[in-house]
Amino acid sequence: MTIDLAQFHEMFFQESAEALDTMEQTLLQITEGTVEKEQIDTIFRVAHSIKGGSATFGFTGIASFTHTIETLLDLVRTGRIGITPNEMDLLLRSVDVMREMLSAEQYKRPLDEQAVADLQDSVKAVIARSSGAAPTPVPAPAAVEPGSSVPVPAAPAPAAAPGAERWRIGFRPGENLLARGNDPLRIFRELSRLGEMSVRVDAAGLPPLAQLDPHRCYLNWNLELAGPREREALDQVFDWIGDDADIRIDAPVIDAPVTPAAPRAEGSAVAPKPAPEPMPAAAAQPAPVAPAAVKAPETRAAGGEAPKAAPSESTSIRVSIEKIDELINTVGELVITQSMLSQLMVNMDGPQSEELRNGLGHLERQMRALQESVMRVRMLPISFVFNRFPRMVRDLSQKLGKKVELRMTGEQTELDKTVLEKIGDPLVHLVRNSIDHGIETVEGRRVVGKPEAGTIHLNAYHKGGNIIVEVIDDGAGLNRERILAKARERGLIGPDEELSDDRIYNLIFQPGFSTAEQVTDVSGRGVGMDVVRRNIMELGGNVQIFSNADHGSTVRIRLPLTLAILDGQLVRVGREVYVIPLVSIVETIQIRREQINSVAGGRAELLRLREECIPILRLYQLFEVEADTTELDDGLLTIVESDGQRMGIFVDELQAQQQVVIKSLETNFRQLTGISGATMLGDGRVALILDVPGLISLFESREKQARDDRQAAVRHAA
Amino acid sequence: MQTGAALSDNMMGAGEFAADGTEAGTQYLTFICAGEEYGIDILRVQEIKGWEGATHVPHTPAYILGVMNLRGLIVPVIDLRTRFDLEQRPFNASTVVIVVRVRCSLAEKTVGLVVDAVSEVYTFPGEAILPPPEMGERIDGACINGLASAGDTMVMLLDIDSLIASSIEHI
Repeated sequence: MTIDLAQFHEMFFQESAEALDTMEQTLLQITEGTVEKEQIDTIFRVAHSIKGGSATFGFTGIASFTHTIETLLDLVRTGRIGITPNEMDLLLRSVDVMREMLSAEQYKRPLDEQAVADLQDSVKAVIARSSGAAPTPVPAPAAVEPGSSVPVPAAPAPAAAPGAERWRIGFRPGENLLARGNDPLRIFRELSRLGEMSVRVDAAGLPPLAQLDPHRCYLNWNLELAGPREREALDQVFDWIGDDADIRIDAPVIDAPVTPAAPRAEGSAVAPKPAPEPMPAAAAQPAPVAPAAVKAPETRAAGGEAPKAAPSESTSIRVSIEKIDELINTVGELVITQSMLSQLMVNMDGPQSEELRNGLGHLERQMRALQESVMRVRMLPISFVFNRFPRMVRDLSQKLGKKVELRMTGEQTELDKTVLEKIGDPLVHLVRNSIDHGIETVEGRRVVGKPEAGTIHLNAYHKGGNIIVEVIDDGAGLNRERILAKARERGLIGPDEELSDDRIYNLIFQPGFSTAEQVTDVSGRGVGMDVVRRNIMELGGNVQIFSNADHGSTVRIRLPLTLAILDGQLVRVGREVYVIPLVSIVETIQIRREQINSVAGGRAELLRLREECIPILRLYQLFEVEADTTELDDGLLTIVESDGQRMGIFVDELQAQQQVVIKSLETNFRQLTGISGATMLGDGRVALILDVPGLISLFESREKQARDDRQAAVRHAA
Repeated sequence: MQTGAALSDNMMGAGEFAADGTEAGTQYLTFICAGEEYGIDILRVQEIKGWEGATHVPHTPAYILGVMNLRGLIVPVIDLRTRFDLEQRPFNASTVVIVVRVRCSLAEKTVGLVVDAVSEVYTFPGEAILPPPEMGERIDGACINGLASAGDTMVMLLDIDSLIASSIEHI
């Protein structure tokens, strides 16, 4: 019977990816020199489960590599080596390599095998060094003494101790033993735990140094292992080697002067081919074995493995995102149906209408609760994004020779998975910018009297139905003058134009804008900030920048909690109802005729509002629908803002403010400028959701078009 | 996407059967629009519903009546008379929306077509379908797959995919 293991691959890859994330995060938590047992156990467990999984699925490369890492981790765990920056580097790089290897298997991509082998070799070198430095036979037998002595009580003590049976093992590795990731030293160490062992190396096959290939194994070993043990235990040690070596295990010989009969009887329990056992010996056997079996799990439990793994397994389940979206959709429709019913009830009269109304009231509350909890299913803590930063900050600051400390707060703030996925790259850009441009070099900081290490603070919190993510650094801040100069140079602003700080800082979001004096491979090419802003705006959020020369800068990103629903203001124009996102509305006002300035021969209108001139967009004109009124003082003006730019949208009437479920127009139709989607109203009708930035640019391009047309007409007339 | 694949398999299957004549043929739903009878592959028809109005969508051609709510789905509605440049007429009780599923821009879309009335369901074997004639200016020839006669009347078989694609892509 064969089971197609491929069906489990996807799960294995997913779990391994998560496991590697855990490993990386835990590694980064380790402060140099002091490794907490729990941390190293976590890392070890992760490596172990990847090894196990990849061996099961036949990804031998990964299994072998992970095995080497595991060996190194084991040395750390047993305290034989500490984690110095060197080991930390190796382990972090190993995480990368394992990621590479996994994705190479997953997507059938080519893999840089040389890099893998190189790293594996360096890890092995560390392992070998530590084994050499601390001669393993010394601590090992001491530590394992209780274990190996377990069977002893069954035998007469004097016979067992010095003159025990000795297994003779001939170990002739194949030349590829090392290349396959096996390490003889590790094997010997394992063996030495089983009992006292002596090793004799046969270096006859060793070629002259000039011809020596360090990847090949030329040595043979003869081992003698004391301690009555079952052959199985020996076989297990050699399991990993498989066919890569010629292993000959000879039955124990008793090298001490012994009486042939008596010890044989006691030793028969461990003899490779036990003769039919005498009853007493068989009865004695289970007793000593039991404590040994109990011992093993005990040491594991002490390592914190079992109690850790259990809760995380039982408190979450893996559900595909499609299933969740389907659920959210259905609930969204239920909400619409429910509000349709409520609206019908408003005009209903009858003997039972009061009860019905009560029932509907309950339904409405329950629906809201249901919708909220369903939405929460898609919510994940922002730590999923933040977690990548410790590593990034560490690598980048090392590379740039700066000292940077990363602080993170509010990691548990939750937001929609889709938002979460899309916010990662912008944040990476921002943090990278902060390290590269913001934080000064160590000397630079010393000169201005700041602590040598700069700080980058990632902060997330909820604020009024939005989530705010801040990237705060204590670096040099934005250079106002340089930005201004650069903007003048590029013709973004006039030579004598003066701008408010706000506007100046906003300039760095212009495409291709970079003030970096030299382009590094980290940043400075001028791609980035505009992409950052575009990504954030696509998510329905906005980004602000604050800066204080010499004290650092703060980038504040405001994001909606979810992309599935939106807080909207319903406005009516004639028979049509539109939804304006509340986040972009500044205020809605009734205006007087004298507040309006007509320019360009009455074709453009500006509203004077508190020292500001705001262009007026007559929505009925732009959308070509019939409105109740075309008189500006009869309707209402909803002032919206995007990118620091304001515009007044002229509508007939304000209706309710409500949360609406966002539906894409693109699914069955197409994307349209100025419209970000559609939603269903309580009466089942569709209302379009206005996209304020799109609307502004649409309005501007129309204005420009009209201007050009007029100029063309003028030229034509002339 | 899976349903999309399934749908296209279905569509293929139906066409092949009709072509070898091993089956009775392809079933077509026919409808009336300005006195002419048109047919569409019945497997593409999701449902038929009465005209309930649509929400106007700005900056779209006149034949796009807007979008409607189809049980939570936002579906564009195309007025076939306007699309074919035929004389306009107020909607009445027999005006219906035929909801069809099409492949368009590599995706499956659901679109409503407003027609005067639904007519019949016919089965046309492959050999009964004649190649489309030159239609002159009135109807874009690319949207007609062929002609078939049902009794006294000629039925124009629409290539619904290209009809919808040309309607909503070139705005």
